[in-house]
Amino acid sequence: MSIFIDQQTRLVVQGITGRDGSFHARQMIAYGTTVVAGVTPGKGGQRFDDTVPVFDTVAEAVRETQANTAVIYVPAAVAASAIFEAADAGIPLIVCITEGIPVLDMTRVLPFVHERGARLIGPNCPGLISPGRSKVGIIPGNICRPGRVGVVSRSGTLTYEIIHQLSTQGWGQSTCIGIGGDPLIGTNFIQCLSGFQADAETDAIVMIGEIGGTDEQQAAEFVQQTVTKPVVGFIAGQTAPPGRRMGHAGAIISGSSGTAAEKMAAFARAGIAVMKRPADVVPLLRERM
Amino acid sequence: MNLHEYQARDILRQRGIPVPPGEVATTPDQVRAIATRFGDRVVVKAQVHAGGRGKAGGVKLAATPAEAAEHASKILGMTIKGLTVRHVLVTPAADIASESYLGIIVDRAAQRPVVMVSAAGGIDIEEVAARTPERIHRLAVDPRYGLLGHQALGLALTLYRDIAQARAAADIMQRLYAACYAIGASLIEINPLVTTRDGAVTALDAKIVIDDNELERHPEIAALRDSGAEAPSEVAARAAGLTFIKLDGTVGCCVNGAGLAMATMDLVKYYGGQPADFLDIGGRSNPQKVVSALKIITADPSVRAILFNIFGGITRCDDVANGIVQATREFRLTVPLVIRLTGTNEELAVKILTQAGFSALTDMDEAVKQSVAQAAA
Repeated sequence: MSIFIDQQTRLVVQGITGRDGSFHARQMIAYGTTVVAGVTPGKGGQRFDDTVPVFDTVAEAVRETQANTAVIYVPAAVAASAIFEAADAGIPLIVCITEGIPVLDMTRVLPFVHERGARLIGPNCPGLISPGRSKVGIIPGNICRPGRVGVVSRSGTLTYEIIHQLSTQGWGQSTCIGIGGDPLIGTNFIQCLSGFQADAETDAIVMIGEIGGTDEQQAAEFVQQTVTKPVVGFIAGQTAPPGRRMGHAGAIISGSSGTAAEKMAAFARAGIAVMKRPADVVPLLRERM
Repeated sequence: MNLHEYQARDILRQRGIPVPPGEVATTPDQVRAIATRFGDRVVVKAQVHAGGRGKAGGVKLAATPAEAAEHASKILGMTIKGLTVRHVLVTPAADIASESYLGIIVDRAAQRPVVMVSAAGGIDIEEVAARTPERIHRLAVDPRYGLLGHQALGLALTLYRDIAQARAAADIMQRLYAACYAIGASLIEINPLVTTRDGAVTALDAKIVIDDNELERHPEIAALRDSGAEAPSEVAARAAGLTFIKLDGTVGCCVNGAGLAMATMDLVKYYGGQPADFLDIGGRSNPQKVVSALKIITADPSVRAILFNIFGGITRCDDVANGIVQATREFRLTVPLVIRLTGTNEELAVKILTQAGFSALTDMDEAVKQSVAQAAA
C-alpha cells in the first residue's frame, strides 16, 4: 500500500499543453501513472501526444474520464483559480505544483477546498510519488526505489537529496510527499504522519522541515502522542540569519518558535531521531529499526 | 517587498484612515522649508527598511526649523543596520494622549488573517507580547466575510472606553483589513495608533510589507520599490531571477532550491566553515542565471572558495555546467571552485566540465568538506 496515490489514481493534468505541464505529463506517463485527461481552456477536443484527451474544463474531464486526482502546472496568476475549479469538479485529491501563488489567495482557496471534502497538496511543492506505482508531480522517478520508508518534506531538492541517500543505501520508500514551502498549504505534516502510521507497508518515517512557522512543533507533539513507528527528522536552516523579520506582528505570532534550534529541540523531546546533516538519515534509521 | 513609512502613510490616507500630515525630504534645506511651513515642533524620521530607527538615532524632535535642518543633516547619510538613509519624513510633533498597537498578518497556523491589537502600543510591543501576552487581543478573520463591524468594535473596546474613540478605531481596523487584500499586503501595522489630546484617533506610524507574489497584479505598488534602499547585490540577484542573501562567511554557495541551499549552508558550518551567502538559482535553470550567480558571488571580496551544490530535477545539470564554463570565459575566477552535481543530465554535465578543465563531485558531504578546506587554505 501507499498513501494518497496508488494504481487506482486516475490523473487529470491541468495545464497539460504548457511547457511544464507537457514535460511532466510525459514523465508521469513514462513512470506508469494513469494519466486519463488534460485540461487547457480553448484546446478541448485535441489529444495530447495523440493519446491523452484534452478538455476545456475539469468538470468535463471528470465526467468523461472519471479522473479522481488533479495535478496543476498552470502559471501562478491563474493557479488559485485552477484549484477552485478542481475542487468544484469534485476531485478528491488536488496537487498544486505551481509556485508564487499570493498568500491572500490561499486564505480563500483553503476553506473552499475543505468544504468540498477535497485534499490539497501544496502549492509550491514537488508533489508525491509511490515508487513503482504512481507519480503525481515532479519528483524524479529514477532516484526513488520501492520500499518501506515514508518521506514527508517541506522542501523540493533537499527531499531529492535525502531520497537519494536512502535509495543508494538500499532503503526504498513507500511514498514520498513534498507538502510545499509556502506559509499556507493544504496538507500538513500531521496529516501525512497519520497516513504513514496507518499504512501497513510503511515501517519508518523521515520528516524534513525548515525554519519558519510552528508546523514541525505541532507534528512533534503528534508523533509523541500517536506515532508508534520510528521517526527520523531534519530541519534546514540551522545557520540561517535571524534577520528578515516581518515587522512586530511576525514576532508576536511566532516568538522564537520558528528557529531551527527550537524545532530540533521539539523533535528531540518527542523522541524523534534528529539528523544534523542529510547523510545522517540512514545511520539513524538503522539505529531506530 | 517593504514599503517606506511615508509610502505606507500615503496608502492609508488614500483608504480613508486618518494620518497626521507629513512630507518627505532628501536635503536639510528641504527639511527646513517643510518645518517652517508646519510652523511648530516637528519630528524628523529616517526612512529605511529597518526596525529600531529611534534607538539608532534616526528619529529626532526639533523645536525650530533650524534644529530640524540640523537633525536632518545628521540623519541623511547615516547607516542603520547597514542601510544608508536617503529620505527623511518630516511631521508635526503630535500631542499624544495614548499609544496602542494594531497589526494584521496572515497566521500560518490559523490559515487566516489575524487582527492583533494592544493598548500597550509603542516601540516595545514585542516585549509586551513575550512577557504579558494577555495584553494582546487577537481575532482570526474569516476571509469570506471580512472583518465584521461587531468584531472590529469588540477589539476596539479593548483599546478605548470612550465609544466615539472605539468606533473610530473600529472603522480604521475595517479599512486596514480591506487594504490588506486590496494592495496584497502580507503585513500591515499601525504602531502606534494614537489618541491626541483633542480625542482624535490617528495612525502615527505605519509599516507595510507586500507579498512579492502580488506585485505582478499590482503594478502601482510594484512601482513604489526603492532599489536605492536595498543592498546592490540583492538588487542584481532579483534582476537575474535569483534569491540571494549576503552573509558574513568565506564559502560562497550556489545551490538550486531553498531547502537544499539552507542544508548546504548548515553543512558548511558543520565542517567548520562559514557560508558567505544564501543563493538559490531557482527551479528552472539556464546557463545565464549561473553566470549572474557567479558574478554576484565573486563580487564579494571575503569569498575564498565557491561551492556549487546542484541536485538536478527541473534544473538540468548540463545547464549549470554550461553556465560555469561560460562565466569563466567572461571573467577570470580568482578563488577555487568546488562543484557537486547529481541528477538530471549529470553525465553530460561532467563531460562539459571535464573538457573545460574542471572536476565535479557527486557527493554533497565530500564537496562541502573540500570547499571548507579550500576557503581555509
